[in-house]
Amino acid sequence: MKNPLDSILGTIVSGVVLTLILYLFLKNFIVAGV
Amino acid sequence: MDFMLDGLFRWLHFLAGITWIGLLYYFNFVQVPAMKEATADGTAAGISRHVAPRALLWFRWSALVTWLAGAALLGGNFMHAFRLEPAYAGVGVGAWLGTIMLFNVWVLIWPNQKKILGLVAASEEAKNKARRVAFLASRTNTMLSIPMLFFMANGLTHKAAVGL
Repeated sequence: MKNPLDSILGTIVSGVVLTLILYLFLKNFIVAGV
Repeated sequence: MDFMLDGLFRWLHFLAGITWIGLLYYFNFVQVPAMKEATADGTAAGISRHVAPRALLWFRWSALVTWLAGAALLGGNFMHAFRLEPAYAGVGVGAWLGTIMLFNVWVLIWPNQKKILGLVAASEEAKNKARRVAFLASRTNTMLSIPMLFFMANGLTHKAAVGL
């Protein structure tokens, strides 16, 4: 499988996906119920 | 007084941060793609000799200043943020990502760039390995800058809007 970081588009898409994952993780596991 | 200091640290954090991330984007979106074409037509030496060392100088020191100004801005909340305590979880994730990026700059990118640019002695094989490590560390930082800026920008000032 090609490394997404080898292309600029793959890098940006990876960053956006990581943003979404971290956001959902924080919202559901860290600040949930506070 | 604390209010004034906070303002100064925030200002410095932004100035240094723009310098750092601006140069990171310059490397990834401009210089690296241009180097391929410059190597093909024999003009890459000018970039390697005159542009890259200057850009790297501002890049690595602005990274350190950004982190120090950010740490000063967090002040007494520094540990709350890094422990991802709920009230500071958003900016805490931003701080963790920024810290990983600073590590990449000083431990992976700069030592390998010194080999690539000939500032320290290295065999051709070591230079080729250094190119790949520095490239991937730089691309990793570009990727991490996207969530880092989201959480830095929204973690404290737009907590209600983003629910963090």
